[in-house]
Amino acid sequence: MTEFSFWDILRNLLLAARWTVVLSLVSFVGGGIVGAALLFLRIGGRQWLRLLSRGYIQLFQGTPLLMQLFLAFFGLGLFGIDVPAWLAACVALILWTAAFLAEIWRGCVESIAKGQWEASASLGMGYLQQMRYVILPQALKVAVPPTVGFSVQVVKGTALTSIIGFVELSKAGSIVTNATFQPFTVYGLVALIYFALCWPLSKSSQLLERKLNVAHRNH
Amino acid sequence: MSLIAITEVKKRFGDNEVLKGISIDIAPGEVVAIIGKSGSGKSTLLRCINGLETIDEGSIVVAGAQFLPDEVHLKALRLKVGMIFQQFNLFPHLTAGGNVMLSQMVVKKTPKKNAEAVARKMLDRVGLAHKFDALPDELSGGQQQRVAIARALAMQPIALLCDEITSALDPELVAEVLAVVRELAAEGMTLVMVTHEMRFARDVCSRVVFMHQGRVHEIGAPEDVFANPRTPELRQFLGVQ
Repeated sequence: MTEFSFWDILRNLLLAARWTVVLSLVSFVGGGIVGAALLFLRIGGRQWLRLLSRGYIQLFQGTPLLMQLFLAFFGLGLFGIDVPAWLAACVALILWTAAFLAEIWRGCVESIAKGQWEASASLGMGYLQQMRYVILPQALKVAVPPTVGFSVQVVKGTALTSIIGFVELSKAGSIVTNATFQPFTVYGLVALIYFALCWPLSKSSQLLERKLNVAHRNH
Repeated sequence: MSLIAITEVKKRFGDNEVLKGISIDIAPGEVVAIIGKSGSGKSTLLRCINGLETIDEGSIVVAGAQFLPDEVHLKALRLKVGMIFQQFNLFPHLTAGGNVMLSQMVVKKTPKKNAEAVARKMLDRVGLAHKFDALPDELSGGQQQRVAIARALAMQPIALLCDEITSALDPELVAEVLAVVRELAAEGMTLVMVTHEMRFARDVCSRVVFMHQGRVHEIGAPEDVFANPRTPELRQFLGVQ
């Protein structure tokens, strides 16, 4: 039987952690783009678009991410479409992230005082101009800390994709455990690596919150 | 010919009829004060003239621009009347100069250089040329309100609506804002102001409108309205017996 050294274990886990990072980035960026689109539909679109966006957000917030992964992975398979695990993982995580970011950002836009809308309207600006030049620049500042904070949830959310067979950090953890029979060491390291990824994000969210708060002194 | 023609305007919020048929004609260069208790509909009327509230019946025509609740008509209306708010509503992420420049560049597509020149001129007009680069945060309430006036003036409106523009100010800051308004009035700007500053209304305004329960209760020259209030409601409001 082969002996595995501590460094063998750590090296394999770190190699797999790259996929956790890639999947997190893809979900976050993709989710951000889809989320921004949802946000505009949610607050500015026609009535039916608004309802559609709200329904989407409620659906994805109201069901477990795990079910969404299963549906993306197995559901499409029922129609004869063979979905590779990485694609199902990306799609499900992007859609899930989008729902949460859209809702976080909606709160930020609505936190901008009504007077800002009225003042810009009274100066003759149209809806998109108000958004572009008055509301979003202020809302973005408010949005940065909770958005960075939510990225922690995205990183941890990627762990679930191990269940549909995508080999990222958690899946690598199980594989290495099965080979080494050292579950405590392996999962301990897995947890530490997740922590090393997430902690700087939480910390920067806190720092940003304190720093950007300056802009809101007068409200 | 009147500059602002308000005819039989009615406005409801749900079951509550706030404006019950208001008709006022305002001539160019007139300075009109609207006074009345809170809840009398005076702020709502002002907001209707600027299209911040829709009206249910009647019509509002400003220099030929009819109030209709679509974006094209609203924009045409708002280019003619500027509005100043009780809470200043400066854009906190822009400097004083940036506040005055923004709508010129965005709405009128004025090149940045020209917009800046206009902004400097307007800030100078309200006595704040030296605060061009200050953020709203760094200004006193009175200064913020004067920037708001400069911002509205930069769009070259033919009339200005002032909604209790000194009510959120500390007493010692009221005078500096009123001085600017007084100057505008002297230069012939048409002003419609909802105000609690009775002395100012008496000194500067050409007409005073007393609103009560959604109607124009009394209207006339300030000397008449203040010296000879005809109705008990106005007498009570003015605190004279």
